[in-house]
Amino acid sequence: MSVKLRLSSAGAVPEPRTLASANRSLSVPREPAPSAARVRFWALGSTLLKVFGLAVFAFLLFGPLANLALWSFAERWYAPFKLPVSYGTRYWEVVFRPTGDAMSSLVTSVSIACLTVLVALAVSVPAGYALARLKLPWRTALMILFLLPQAFPSVAIYINVARVFYSIGLTGTITGVVLVHAAHGLVYSVWIAAAAFAAVDRDLELAARNIGASPLRTFFTVTLPLAAPGIMASAIFVFLESLDEFTGTFFVGVPQVTTLPLLLYNSSMGGNYQIASITALILLVPSILFMIIIERFLKAEVLSKVGQ
Amino acid sequence: MNSSPSAAIDIHDLHVSYGRQRVLHGVDLSVAPGEFIAILGSSGCGKTTLLRTVAGFQKAAGGAIRLFGRDVVNMPPEKRGMAMMFQSYALWPHMTVMGNVGYGLRLRGVPKDEIRTRVAKILKMLNLSGLEDRKVTNLSGGQRQRVALGRALAIEPEILLLDEPLSNLDAKVRVQLRSELKSLQNQLGFTAIHVTHDREEAMTMADRIVVMDAGRIAQMGSPKEVFDRPNSPFVASFMGAENTIDLDVNPASKGIEVKADGAAATAWDGRAPPGRVTAYFRDDVASLVDPNARIDGSIVLPGTITQRTYPGGHYRYVVAIADRHFTVTDDDYHELDRPVGLRLPLASLHLFPTDPTKGGNHA
Repeated sequence: MSVKLRLSSAGAVPEPRTLASANRSLSVPREPAPSAARVRFWALGSTLLKVFGLAVFAFLLFGPLANLALWSFAERWYAPFKLPVSYGTRYWEVVFRPTGDAMSSLVTSVSIACLTVLVALAVSVPAGYALARLKLPWRTALMILFLLPQAFPSVAIYINVARVFYSIGLTGTITGVVLVHAAHGLVYSVWIAAAAFAAVDRDLELAARNIGASPLRTFFTVTLPLAAPGIMASAIFVFLESLDEFTGTFFVGVPQVTTLPLLLYNSSMGGNYQIASITALILLVPSILFMIIIERFLKAEVLSKVGQ
Repeated sequence: MNSSPSAAIDIHDLHVSYGRQRVLHGVDLSVAPGEFIAILGSSGCGKTTLLRTVAGFQKAAGGAIRLFGRDVVNMPPEKRGMAMMFQSYALWPHMTVMGNVGYGLRLRGVPKDEIRTRVAKILKMLNLSGLEDRKVTNLSGGQRQRVALGRALAIEPEILLLDEPLSNLDAKVRVQLRSELKSLQNQLGFTAIHVTHDREEAMTMADRIVVMDAGRIAQMGSPKEVFDRPNSPFVASFMGAENTIDLDVNPASKGIEVKADGAAATAWDGRAPPGRVTAYFRDDVASLVDPNARIDGSIVLPGTITQRTYPGGHYRYVVAIADRHFTVTDDDYHELDRPVGLRLPLASLHLFPTDPTKGGNHA
C-alpha cells in the first residue's frame, strides 16, 4: 500500500507540465517547410502518447483510491447508478463509535504492530551488529536465512505455523500473531540493521575504546546512536508490515484476534463496502506518515550498504 | 634483552599477522618517558599496524608490549591508558565539541561542572575557546583535528599515539599544528609515537626516528644520525639519497683510493668497504666544476649539461654522464651541451658494498 502511494505522488507531479507543453505545441502555427512539419507532427504525436500513458497510469493508481473515498461517504449506492445515490457520514460514525469493531481492531492492530517492532528489534539489533562487525563464518548464508520466510509461498508456511502453534496453545493469542509478524518483519529489520551498523566508521568506535570506554559503553554511546536512523527506518518497516499483514494473522489469530486487515476482509465479504472502505482509508494514514519519516531517516550511505 | 623498567613503551620481539600474512616480523623498540618518536616508512611497511597493535586495536601474534613495566599485550584497548589521534579525526558526529572532548572525563565519572571547566581549559590551550556547543561537523579540518587532540589530551594520557593525524590537512595548517603539537608535548611532557610517511614532518617533530621497511625496523636514531649516516641502501634512498653511482674502492699507500668508471682515482682518508661499492647521494651534495679539476676528497665525473631550468634562486641542470642523468643545482649560468665536471664530495656519499643480487631495486 505504501509503495503504491509513493508511485502515485511521483506520477502526479510531471503530469501538468506535460499537458502544458502539449498545449503549447498545438497552438504554434504550421510552418511551410515539410521536414519541419513532419518533425512537429512526430513531436506532437509522442507528446499525446505520453499524456495518454500518464492518464492511464494515473487512472490505475487513483481510480481504486477514488472509489474507496466514494464508497466511504456513500450511504446508498446500487446497481444502475454510476455514482452513489445519497451521501453521508453515517458509516464514519459507526466506525468511530467507541464500542465499534473498527476502533477495537485499530487498537489491536497498533498494539500488535508495536509489540512486533519490539520483538524484531530485540533480534535485529544484536544480529545486525554481529553481521556487520564480527567475522562470522557463513555470513552470507546467515543473511539469506533471514530471507527464507519470504522465499516460500506464505500460505503453506502459515498453515504449518498454525498447526505447530495450535499444539502449543499459541493460536488465537496476541503472542502467536506477534511472533508470526516478527518472523516476517525480521527480513527487513536484520538486513537494514546490518547495513546501518556497517555504515558506522570503525575508527569512531576505536576512538571511544582508546580513551577508556568498555565495548558495551562504546556500543550504547557511539555505535547505536550513529546507527539509530537506520534502525529507526527498519522499525518503521516492521511496523508497517505488521499493520498490513493479513495471511499470517488469518491462520494464527482468527477468530480471537481481529486486526484491521481482518476486519476489512470480513466487512467486504459481508458486502459492507462502506465499513471496508473506511477501514482501508484508516490503514492508509500510518503508511503515509511513515513514508514521510522514512524519507527523512534513510540516508543514501545506509541504503547503499543493504545486503552487503 | 630485558630493558629498564623506566621505559614508557617497551616493545619486545613483536609479531603481527593478518590471517596468514605476516605484517610485523619481530619489532624491538624502547621509548623513554617524554620522548617523541616518529615511525617513518612507505605505505605497507607495517608502521600503522605497529601503532594499532600498541593501541590494542590489533592482536599481536607474539612478543610483548610493556607500558611503564606493565605488560599490556593481551589487554583490551580501554585498559591500556593511552590516547590516539586518527588520520580521519574519528570525531563523533552526533556530539558537540564539548561532548567529544569531555567523553573521556564522563567515562571517569568526573562531575559535570568540573568537566565543563576542564574542557574549557583544554579548548583555550588549543585556541578553540567558545566552540564548546558547536557541532563537530561544522568545523574546518584543522579545527576538527584540534578537537581530536583535545579529546585525547583531556584524559591526561601518559602516552599519545598519532596515526598520520596531519596528513589530511592543507600544508599551512599542517605546519602550524606540527609546532603546536610539539610545544604541547614539551609543556605537558607526554610520550608520543607519531606514524607518518612525511620525512620532513618526522625530522622536524621527533627526538628519534624509526625507519621501517617490510615489517622490520631498518634503522633508528636521531634525525641527524639517520639522515647523515643511513645504515642501508633502503634508508639512504628513503631519506632522499636517491641517486646512485658505482665506484671501486682500493687500498692505497695512504688511506684508500676511490675510482669511478671513466674518471681519475682520488685518494681519500675516509673509511669505505673495499671492492665494488654503490654510492647513494642526494641532489644537493653534487656541484658543477671544471671537467679536468682534481680535488682531494672528491670525485669529479666528466659529463655534459643537457637541460637547464630556473626554479628560482638558482639554476637546476641535468648532467649526462655516460648514459646516466643527474640533477645538480648551481648559482651560475652555464651554456647547454658544455662539458662539465660533476663533483661529488666523498664524505657526503653513502657507500654500501654492491650486492649483485640485491642492488638497484630500492626506490
